[in-house]
Amino acid sequence: MSKILVCIKRVVDYNVRIRVKPDGSGVITDNVKMGINPFDEIALEEALRLKERGVASEVVVVSIGPAETQQQLRTALAMGADRALLVEHAYAIEPLTAARVFLKLVEKEAPLLVITGKQAIDDDNGQTGQMLAALWDRPQACFASKVEINGNIAKVTREVDAGLETLELDLPAVITTDLRLNEPRYVKLPEIMKAKKKPLETLTLDALGITASKQFNVTKVTPPPVKQKGVMVKDVTELVATLKQMGSL
Amino acid sequence: MNKILVIAEHMAGVVNTSTHKSVACALLIPDAEVDVAVLAADDKAAMHAAKLAGVKSVINVTRNEFTEFVASTAAPAIAELAANYTHVFAPSTTFGKDVLPRVAALLGVGQLSDIMIVNGSHSFVRPIYAGNALVHIDADPAKKLLATVRIASFQPVTETGDATIETANITASLPTHTRFVERSSADNAGPDLQSATRVVSGGRALGSAENFQLIYKLAKQLGAAVGASRAAVDAGYAANDLQVGQTGKIIAPDLYIAVGISGAIQHLTGIKDARTIVAINKDSEAPIFEVADIGLVGDLFTLLPELQKQLGG
Ligand SMILES: Cc1cc2nc3c(=O)[nH]c(=O)nc-3n(C[C@H](O)[C@H](O)[C@H](O)COP(=O)(O)OP(=O)(O)OC[C@H]3O[C@@H](n4cnc5c(N)ncnc54)[C@H](O)[C@@H]3O)c2cc1C
Repeated sequence: MSKILVCIKRVVDYNVRIRVKPDGSGVITDNVKMGINPFDEIALEEALRLKERGVASEVVVVSIGPAETQQQLRTALAMGADRALLVEHAYAIEPLTAARVFLKLVEKEAPLLVITGKQAIDDDNGQTGQMLAALWDRPQACFASKVEINGNIAKVTREVDAGLETLELDLPAVITTDLRLNEPRYVKLPEIMKAKKKPLETLTLDALGITASKQFNVTKVTPPPVKQKGVMVKDVTELVATLKQMGSL
Repeated sequence: MNKILVIAEHMAGVVNTSTHKSVACALLIPDAEVDVAVLAADDKAAMHAAKLAGVKSVINVTRNEFTEFVASTAAPAIAELAANYTHVFAPSTTFGKDVLPRVAALLGVGQLSDIMIVNGSHSFVRPIYAGNALVHIDADPAKKLLATVRIASFQPVTETGDATIETANITASLPTHTRFVERSSADNAGPDLQSATRVVSGGRALGSAENFQLIYKLAKQLGAAVGASRAAVDAGYAANDLQVGQTGKIIAPDLYIAVGISGAIQHLTGIKDARTIVAINKDSEAPIFEVADIGLVGDLFTLLPELQKQLGG
């Protein structure tokens, strides 16, 4: 039976208030809470549900990142993934390189479906799924809010600016997830214990024969411009008056 | 000389203003010549695109496969058109975000997402961490530069142009593995959220779809579009295409009124470029007040009717 590959990324937790380093070399990530990119968590949940529905027989979770990414992969295993692959790499890579790495894993694993988040909430690029689909020469459905699998065809509803759009894809294919696709399950303690025994294999870019490409050079990182402090009004009358005074009404 | 191709977003023969804004961004590239590519089933959208000020030529590709735009199908055609250009831009709407990375990978190059400032032909600024930091990027000039344009950062070009329309034939074979089935849009009366000059948004505090009508009423009175927080959409009070924020729409109205919205980072991402932000919330500690130009603490269920009365309705 068939396999689903889920690509996840270790990112700064979505509740953390990001601060830019004073020297402009990046954002502060030391001692900051990390987690699975929320959109990828939704991707994993969808894969697990497809497996529970009998559409797939195995869920393999894969990631590229530093050694600490094992924590997030263990969480993914605790959620229910069957095994994990970590392509260990200490530095941030560009999405095209990530897609090339995932293509190697796809060639190795031959999944029916690859599911990943529509974007990572750290660099907000939103490219990896589409790039993988292109390199793999397979269909893509981005921003999914509903996924149905029927034999070798997927019907995917996507959240687009105009509303909802439905596509039909020949499998294998790549799906990227939006927030309303599902609500990821919480992991329970016994599962965390069980996950420790599940297989987690580590690879390197070198072993996969991939060199990280670098097209974009970050010269500096700056905080967004600060807004001028606003005013508090005491009632609706003052609100309307202030709006008129500002020329907003 | 930089040659820039902007991929037009269009629907039913009408070019979306996201295209006008992407052209405006492209025109900021030094020493640039800007063309617009229209992939469609007929000529209507190309004729509209020819009016965009500053555009030299409209590259018109008409094929039945483009009756409905499907990224997997169109990407090889765009990759082929890209051969004659140094840069390829598309709006950072769900249209551009979907197709452009696919085009980039077919060309074997990277892509920049959401460029907000142009500092040179290969020098840009874009947001990361939901806009909480800005990265300044120098791209390798030896490589073709593909980028999506953060449309809230640019003013649309006018429709005073007169570009020539060139017909292009594509030799790439277009895949049939991805097929359009249907599109459904909630019937949103009133102005379009992404281009409206005024927006009234409601949050979880509204409590029901019925109560959300208060937001619609105020919006109607102000000639504003309606927006919503994720919590309001998830709870079913408002349609999903009304969501404002990191995973919804990034908007830049002159006036934004947030009602019963706490002001989570992900929501604020969507409204950073609003000129005037008004917040109505019963919790004086709500983070929305940190970004609001005008804040009013109180219960929305008493304040909104009062506001409507004072506005004369
Ligand atoms: C990856 C990710 C992406 C996200 N993307 C988005 C996004 O694009 N857009 C978005 O909006 N959210 C997004 N969110 C969710 C976001 O984190 C918040 O959960 C959400 O914005 C909260 O919505 P809210 O402000 O309506 O609800 P709440 O946070 O519950 O706030 C309700 C507010 O209403 C006030 N209130 C209650 N009753 C009244 C009353 N009677 N009168 C006046 N005020 C009242 C309360 O004081 C409170 O401040 C995202 C989250 C994640 C993890």
